[in-house]
Amino acid sequence: MIAWLPLVVFVLLAGASFWFLGVDLAGLFGADARGAMLEYASKFFPPDLSGAFLARVLGGALETLAISAVGTLLAAAAGLALAVPASGRLGTVVRALARLVLNFLRSIPEVVWAALMVLAAGLGPFAGTLALALHTSGVLGRLFAETLENTPPEPTLALRNAGSPTLAAFFYGTLPAVIPQLVSYALYRWENNIRIATVLGVVGAGGLGQLLYLSLSLFKEPQAATLILAMLILVAVVDGLSAWLRRWLGRSGS
Amino acid sequence: MPLALARPHDPAALPRIAFVAVAIALLWPALRLTEFHPASLVDARSREVMGGFLGTFFPLDLSAPFLALVAKSALETLAIATAGSFLAMAIAFPLSLLVSRSLSISRIGPRPGHRIADLVRLPARWLLVFLRSIPEVVWALLFVRAVGLGPAAGVLAIAINYAGMLGKVYFEIYEAGDTRPARALMESGSGRIAGFFYGVFPVALPEMVSYSVYRWECAVRASVVMGYVGAGGLGTQMELSMRMLNGGEVSTMLLAFFLLVLLADAISWLLRKCFA
Repeated sequence: MIAWLPLVVFVLLAGASFWFLGVDLAGLFGADARGAMLEYASKFFPPDLSGAFLARVLGGALETLAISAVGTLLAAAAGLALAVPASGRLGTVVRALARLVLNFLRSIPEVVWAALMVLAAGLGPFAGTLALALHTSGVLGRLFAETLENTPPEPTLALRNAGSPTLAAFFYGTLPAVIPQLVSYALYRWENNIRIATVLGVVGAGGLGQLLYLSLSLFKEPQAATLILAMLILVAVVDGLSAWLRRWLGRSGS
Repeated sequence: MPLALARPHDPAALPRIAFVAVAIALLWPALRLTEFHPASLVDARSREVMGGFLGTFFPLDLSAPFLALVAKSALETLAIATAGSFLAMAIAFPLSLLVSRSLSISRIGPRPGHRIADLVRLPARWLLVFLRSIPEVVWALLFVRAVGLGPAAGVLAIAINYAGMLGKVYFEIYEAGDTRPARALMESGSGRIAGFFYGVFPVALPEMVSYSVYRWECAVRASVVMGYVGAGGLGTQMELSMRMLNGGEVSTMLLAFFLLVLLADAISWLLRKCFA
């Protein structure tokens, strides 16, 4: 009996939520609303597959890919730059400060960053790139810092003791050991970021999302259907590619 | 010649240079496509807008009426996440049963019905893939146009998108668990539904609860984001304040959002510790 208690509490909470929001469930799934929704859904068919529009969709997809790639790359660079102090190599105070910056970057969602960057850089893909870079550098910086902390320090210490300068010791003593892990984190984030780059456009930050927002605002539902299809295909292709890449890396790495 | 004067050889130089060259060659078109102009960040117009806007971020807007509005929006965000997750579970559970029938009869022995069962299972599987592949923000965008601005669109978007994810995870949990109890029950003549509830469900429940709670936590975060397209809650308020370039309000709401996520984190951790 006690096992059902959480379920009962959850159902009550959900009921309270519906009441608080003033969302009428019966109304939402009633005949009227169903009819309206079906009518709206039917406007999306058939998708607009004209050559001119497909070319625009292709452009949007390339833009989305570029946003995610450049954003992730910038984030990897900034993340590494922040991860070195955050891993405690430069003292505890610097470590705490760097962690604070990383947490701040990470806790603001990409869409909020994008809305801010649209104000700073204007509408378009550059804002989306910056937004992705800012959020992702918080994520990657933290992961990178943990990797650096878990790397054995002996090779670096050996180089330092043999008289090599700090930077060279880092590049030849630490980096080669951690690079595979860092690259795999960055690739994983890139995969994630492609999904996010497709939707950042709804606040005006370029790519497929911006085209989708425009077509829905102009009541061109067949075009929106094509764009949603393109998003699905893009994500599926990237998923397939990354699974293949991972298998291939796993094979050649071991 | 003394050895020390020999030029030190860097074994990693060539691969590194090659890597950088390839990276730049690949990056160049990408930079063009993203209209990468860092200078536009510091030009006069942007400096004026952004400088003025960021300058107003402090002090935070802590006036009583605004705080009341923030509290109401935060509560609305929590309610959207809870209601949406509830609907998502209500949709996902029957779908997961439909999809994971492979657990039951057809594994025990070939029966005339099992081709037909596949005909049901496959479309249900595709439905789940379709529901979860379209991101929640896009669903929100669509529902805002179908049912109007406001929290109903957010609730439906979470319900539809998360039903796809939960359904998939639920049936994966059933199939990863020990199927022998269910088989034993069905071989001794119990029905499929009873076999599921007494053979599979008790084993799967803790993991299902834990994943559902985690999804609720994600829903809190997602409902803030969906607010940006008009689906209610904290996001909608934040979008309004941002559009009016009211920095004090934006920073207060960012703080509220941060606290909300922390709260959701804590609740989800507590629930998972207690029930899973």
